[in-house]
Amino acid sequence: MPSNKSVSDAPIAQFTNCRILRDRRLQREDLWVREGKILNPEKLFFDEKGSADIQLDCKGSIIAPGFIDVQINGGFGVDFSMATDDFKSGIDLVSQKILSHGVTSFCPTLVTSPPSVYHQVLPQISVRNGGAHGAGILGAHLEGPFISKEKKGAHPEHCIRTFEAGAFQDLLATYGSLDCVRIVTLAPEIKRSSEVIRELTKRGICVSLGHSVANLSQAEEAVQHGATFITHLFNAMLPFHHRDPGIVGLLTSDKIPAGRRVFYGMISDGIHTNPAALRIAHRAHPTGLVLVTDAIAGMGLAPGRHTLGQQVVEIDGLNTYIAGTKTLSGSVATMDACVRHFLEATGCSVETALEAASLHPAQLLGIEHKKGTLDYDSDADFLMLNDSLYVQATYIAGEEVWRQDVLGM
Amino acid sequence: MRLVILEDYDQASEWAAKYICNRIIQFKPSQGRYFTLGLPTGSTPLGCYKKLIEYHKNGDLSFKYVKTFNMDEYVGLPRNHPESYHSYMWNNFFKHIDIDPNNAHILDGNAPDLQAECDAFEKKIEEAGGIDLFVGGIGPDGHIAFNEPGSSLSSRTRLKTLAMDTILANAKYFDGDLSKVPTMALTVGVGTVMDAREVMILITGAHKAFALYKAIEEGVNHMWTVSAFQQHPRTIFVCDEDATLELRVKTVKYFKGLMHVHNKLVDPLYSMKEN
Repeated sequence: MPSNKSVSDAPIAQFTNCRILRDRRLQREDLWVREGKILNPEKLFFDEKGSADIQLDCKGSIIAPGFIDVQINGGFGVDFSMATDDFKSGIDLVSQKILSHGVTSFCPTLVTSPPSVYHQVLPQISVRNGGAHGAGILGAHLEGPFISKEKKGAHPEHCIRTFEAGAFQDLLATYGSLDCVRIVTLAPEIKRSSEVIRELTKRGICVSLGHSVANLSQAEEAVQHGATFITHLFNAMLPFHHRDPGIVGLLTSDKIPAGRRVFYGMISDGIHTNPAALRIAHRAHPTGLVLVTDAIAGMGLAPGRHTLGQQVVEIDGLNTYIAGTKTLSGSVATMDACVRHFLEATGCSVETALEAASLHPAQLLGIEHKKGTLDYDSDADFLMLNDSLYVQATYIAGEEVWRQDVLGM
Repeated sequence: MRLVILEDYDQASEWAAKYICNRIIQFKPSQGRYFTLGLPTGSTPLGCYKKLIEYHKNGDLSFKYVKTFNMDEYVGLPRNHPESYHSYMWNNFFKHIDIDPNNAHILDGNAPDLQAECDAFEKKIEEAGGIDLFVGGIGPDGHIAFNEPGSSLSSRTRLKTLAMDTILANAKYFDGDLSKVPTMALTVGVGTVMDAREVMILITGAHKAFALYKAIEEGVNHMWTVSAFQQHPRTIFVCDEDATLELRVKTVKYFKGLMHVHNKLVDPLYSMKEN
């Protein structure tokens, strides 16, 4: 018999009677977890002669990797673009609350803000693992201020900037620090953006194109310099035109460097994108689609007025507008609702809908070896869902951190 | 011998599974008194394994006090290769039942000293008190385990080079690419299986019919190693109609006429729930 013996005495949990998302399909397999990671049960059996310490009957649930939200501006009354005294408790509140939406990792997003906000807020965001306290923080997503005034959407115009003589140094001075920054959204048509994109990419920061009037060549050039993401496709960019598809054209561009993939965020709340447009994007480039909520402070709260950075927004049902206008400003959709809407609107498979919220964002951030899948040795961040993709329980590092109670609250 | 003839693959698989189930339960295995089972791989026993798993999932059969010894394993194939016999046993049997991993023995085809590995395996069988029931299949060339034509009928567990017939038969598991099929394996010997207190050979399909004919209607011959079991006091051959195609009508009629006797071995089907 094989003689490699393990040295771990940690308890082993076996989740049975479930269907797990593995190798791109839902399979009738058990899920094994030890020390916060997904365990290979065959190796356990033959190498360690080990077996499960606890067996949990999942009653036929679907087990999927935890959702990863790379664009969320706040929620439950908390606005990540607002430098308050209790910012830390605000981010803790959101990270705890989104567990019930199936989100196990996220990138707190800041909209275009004055430098003072970045200087006060960014030092208070730290990359950290999730757990019972809340979803893990992968790093901040800075959406702006280096964007186009013409496509500002809900961003405050007076805070929008361009790169001056210093280019990358300007960016650094504006943000103060890039230590916990994971994604930067900028408009590539801004002069000197190419060198900024290169510098950010060199530092392992994901560059996203958005809030921009770039044409396709400018977008392709940005991708060649390292950009890999598109912020909320279709929104805040030039509409697709058959002679110049603009940023949307990246989905089918033949100028993407070999071995690289362009990902694109989609807010599939039923408001920001018409289902037909969602389907066009999905069919054109299914493996690049990343579901994001772009949720704002009002998410999880009653309709009415809330802040979004320097602006006031009005929530009415699922619609959120700059107060007094018809300009969309973020969403109040939850990630699991986005997954369900995406499934219904595109008629795609359950596997595809789940991957758009887990595998694809993990691939975008280059962390798919430990997040976004249920592969052996990856982090045991997973969800139990029913067949309609409602979250029944959320697990981080193998521990249950949220469960739907019987009363459905 | 008993020759148990069922109509088709599913019925043969079920009969065999019921027999194994009854033997284990009637043995009343317990702590320190294990039922030892020899096990095969390949496509023939899959149906039987599925039924055994079903009995286990229904709560009728537990493998807690069962020790298993597999017949063979490829040499040089990584243990986690999808076609290794370790993978086969894990996916088709072990992961669905409650056997203690310490009691599931399979030869290690990657051991540094292959003969020592074989000797150790024989020792483990001896220490377990010998095999109560050895379940096996038959190759198209009449081999039992990887005891290819020409293997000594008193052979023990050892390294064997596979015959061309066997490599061809196994190619389907390696994308039809002959160069990918392992050419050597560790296998229990004919003598090793003969030492078991009881032997059950599963044979289904027309492509095995000639081998069955050679094994039971011709003489004991090292070219058809399954024929050795003509000299074992308790052997059961479980087959489907197609596997009997090369037998004499007289043989088939005789044994079919005994089915009411054979069926007493599986009916009633016992359950551990009653105990």
